[in-house]
Amino acid sequence: MAQHQVNYAASGGLPVALTTVDKLVNWGRTNSLWVLTYGLACCAIEMMASGASRYDFDRFGVIFRASPRQADVMIVAGTLTKKHAEFIRRLYDQMAEPKWVISMGSCANTGGMFNTYATVQGVDRVIPVDIYLPGCAPRPETLQYAVMLLQKQIRKRSIFQKPKPKRLV
Amino acid sequence: MRPYRPKDNLQAKAYYNDRFWVAPRIPEEPVEDPVFAADLASLQEHYPIQRAYIQRGQLVIHIDAKENKEVLRYLKEELGYDVLSELSAIDYLAQDGEFEIFYQLLSLEKAKRIRVKCRIKEHEAIESVESIFRSADWSEREMYDMFGIKVNNHPNLKRILMPDDWVGHPLRKTYPLHGDEAAQWYEVDKIFGKEYRDIIGPEQRDAAFVDPNDTCNFARIKHEVPRCADPNSEPIRIEKFNDDAPFVETFDLKKAKIVNRDR
Repeated sequence: MAQHQVNYAASGGLPVALTTVDKLVNWGRTNSLWVLTYGLACCAIEMMASGASRYDFDRFGVIFRASPRQADVMIVAGTLTKKHAEFIRRLYDQMAEPKWVISMGSCANTGGMFNTYATVQGVDRVIPVDIYLPGCAPRPETLQYAVMLLQKQIRKRSIFQKPKPKRLV
Repeated sequence: MRPYRPKDNLQAKAYYNDRFWVAPRIPEEPVEDPVFAADLASLQEHYPIQRAYIQRGQLVIHIDAKENKEVLRYLKEELGYDVLSELSAIDYLAQDGEFEIFYQLLSLEKAKRIRVKCRIKEHEAIESVESIFRSADWSEREMYDMFGIKVNNHPNLKRILMPDDWVGHPLRKTYPLHGDEAAQWYEVDKIFGKEYRDIIGPEQRDAAFVDPNDTCNFARIKHEVPRCADPNSEPIRIEKFNDDAPFVETFDLKKAKIVNRDR
């Protein structure tokens, strides 16, 4: 093994990297955004397509988890009915901090075409939303872009800052 | 079919004015089919039939609502109509003060369909046919959920589509499409409590809503002020776009015009 021994002093310096705690923690957070599978309607098909091999969410560290306790992001993909509103809030409350919400598609944003008695007119009436994705349904590229924007948003924040209380509606 | 009208200027005006198109009634034909005629004669021996006719090749009979279970049992056991494909109600409360309840039956042996109709008053109950057709279980629950029709002797009569604590029955003609007050505040009341109504605010149901005073979320075309600025302040002058992009032609704002929509 001696012949493979690396002489750190000679070949490019010691294996030391200087950074800030913020950058290190945010690097970890942004590159392992585990999302809660929240497919409610046809947007879920696009969400599944984003996770599959063609668009490959794994390269962003986005891995779908079926448990709110292991998830950082909730992608609300589809129409939220009033009967279901209670459960989305319960699942959101079960997610550990820090947590983010992406509202995917017109129905999740505003109720969309379902301007009726049984549909919640935007998930932001129930849970605070970080990113709204337009589209009916949004393409997988749009969802990827939203995840990248969310990563950008997370990187900007210092971990020592107290998180601002998120606004509902 | 709707008559064709030119659609050259789609933006300017609506070209479909018959928004609430009323479908013509399907003609009622006399019962001449030999299979149906035999079935009808057999039924009439035992039960009074108020009306009977053929619509689109299906026999429709009107019976007394108190005899629905006996008639359906007779149709299943004696006449071989062994599938209940559908069961629901129609709201005629405004016209006649009544609900019409229909049972759609199919005979696989005869390859014939028959529809049994009966009428009940608003607060009357109907007898369950679940003991004859198992598929009536959920259909009767749906009928109860959507119309508020009580079903006697049903094994598990509770709401099937709407939540258990929902107020009202949504398929009644008197139920507003956007929901009554309880429906509009349902999720807020349930999750946060009634005192949160002021914080969350009412639902925004106008898809074309643009608040001219809200410059944080909306931009007024041709009067674009800086974000979150006073809406009446001096607009930003945008004279030239794309200075650094040589092949992109700059759109002349002075030539732009807003299409007059008068619908």
